[in-house]
Amino acid sequence: MIISNGEGEEIFENIIYLDNAACTRLDERVLEVMKPYFFDAYAVATSEFGYSMGIEAKEALARSRESIASKLDANSEEIIFTSGSTESSNTALKGVAMALKEKKGKHVVVSKIEDFPVLNTAKALEGQGFSATFLNVDPEGFVDLEGLKNAITRETVLVSVQQGNQEIGTAQDLKAISEICEEKDVLLHTDATHSFTRLPLNVKELPVDLITVSAHTIHGPRGIGALYIRKDTPITKFMDGGFQEFNLRAGVENIPSAVGFAKAVELVTEEENKRLKAMRDRIIDKALSEIPEVTLNGSREKRLPQNANLTFHYVEGESVTLHMDMRGFAVSTGSACFSRSLEASHVIRGIGGDHERAHGSVRFTFGRYNHIEDADAAIEAMSEIVARLREISPLARK
Amino acid sequence: MKFPYSQKVLEHFKNPHNVGQIENPDGKGLEGSPACGDMVAVYIKVNPDTKVIEDIKFESYGCASNIATASIITDLARGKTLDEAKKITWKQASEELGGLPPIKAHCSVLAVEGLRAAIRDYEEKHGLITEKEPTTEEVIKSRLKHVMNPLTGLDIIRTNLILKTSVENGVVRVVVDLPANHQFAPAIKEDIMEKLGSLWDVERVDVIFTA
Repeated sequence: MIISNGEGEEIFENIIYLDNAACTRLDERVLEVMKPYFFDAYAVATSEFGYSMGIEAKEALARSRESIASKLDANSEEIIFTSGSTESSNTALKGVAMALKEKKGKHVVVSKIEDFPVLNTAKALEGQGFSATFLNVDPEGFVDLEGLKNAITRETVLVSVQQGNQEIGTAQDLKAISEICEEKDVLLHTDATHSFTRLPLNVKELPVDLITVSAHTIHGPRGIGALYIRKDTPITKFMDGGFQEFNLRAGVENIPSAVGFAKAVELVTEEENKRLKAMRDRIIDKALSEIPEVTLNGSREKRLPQNANLTFHYVEGESVTLHMDMRGFAVSTGSACFSRSLEASHVIRGIGGDHERAHGSVRFTFGRYNHIEDADAAIEAMSEIVARLREISPLARK
Repeated sequence: MKFPYSQKVLEHFKNPHNVGQIENPDGKGLEGSPACGDMVAVYIKVNPDTKVIEDIKFESYGCASNIATASIITDLARGKTLDEAKKITWKQASEELGGLPPIKAHCSVLAVEGLRAAIRDYEEKHGLITEKEPTTEEVIKSRLKHVMNPLTGLDIIRTNLILKTSVENGVVRVVVDLPANHQFAPAIKEDIMEKLGSLWDVERVDVIFTA
């Protein structure tokens, strides 16, 4: 693959992209089904009394909604399209909080390792007179279930616990969490941005009330996501404007992207998930057996099929990612040096509070365009880079 | 492609100069960054007559700016007298490297601090510090602010890792709130001994762990 930088230079040859949790390459088949809604049926969705092109657009939107819904075993009236997972989670948390603040109370519960859309929305609610509990997790990242039981009060309007963690891949026991919420009669939201289509999620089997999903993590277009809202869930609209999306989310519908999202969902297969899992397992097993002083972050078994996260002790993550980049690999780290905020990963700190563990953590996330050989090549490169950086590290035992 | 690092930074990062340890160094400095958790160690060999830095090496547990700055700063210090080397600034290092991202200043300043700490270490060991102020608990505390707690990336004073310090007849006692078998206990102990052992009126440093 060669990408031009727009200044006449060509960069990125044979990149091995292992940062699929951040964003994925669009599948051509997705692009193909989107095209007609840019060039042919480009009208807004009209009512059934509108003109033909608008009716065609409306039907495409309805079909896409139905596809997303059926993947969750939901009804299509329970799905609204949004601009992505950030908006979906904002809508869920703020929408429920606003709807119930007079009737029930002003308290929300979230895990402390949630991704920023949930974490920072909970913090924003704190600034608006709500209180928020940030649940502790164990060293593998599992939410403390006793802590959850104790955190829920009569004032609690919503619990939000993700299905799979963006960074360390830990897949929560949503069944146990949803049972606690049901027993305590409190609504449950789950951020499934990284788990949707990768892990089973069925709203008939699990009493989850709201689910955030997104296309950008499954080779679909960016800028489209959806929120599942169980029928009769109290929620206040916060994007004001027109009456689109069952009057819950105003704005011209993004029909090409909705169609693309549905196609992206359809293209994920169980076979693909097994393939990703094999790559994940290869990188974890090889890193632990071939490179000394490596710690796996997250659970060995209960994790997203596409995610491996390891700490290579005595080396710093930004140095690792830069060396990997020079060798043509795209990976990510929880090191403070890498982040825009210069803050070490809240997830790694959340599972152990150890700054050093975040410092040397490296995340490898796989996607459709990776092969098992990529895992082997990545470990071979990592092995050399880590050895080299340890040679110059004052902490490494020599 | 717009890369945050200059070509020169990348070169020094990829192939850093003066990497490693010096056996029996004449001076050694170890500095850690409270902001990001980076660490750098600088070792020097000094000609006793001319006070010229004849050999210099560094180790880094840090990011690209940290490694590149340590590489260039050790290049700049080699062959200079201690007094000249003391005056090398972060700005000079940054200019030599063709600029560094401002947000990375604290990672790269560390290398300069490491060099200065190594020089100070040499001067203390060789009685070159002219104003001899007696070591008090205050002096100990300010020295310990340069010892990093790798658990948090902040120094051991700020993170309340030090339970107690005392100084009596040249013997310093430091009580650290960590079990002796902790992963970082040996490194922290060594660092504390380094920072305090070179004080002119200190004869012995006892580092005591709580369990």
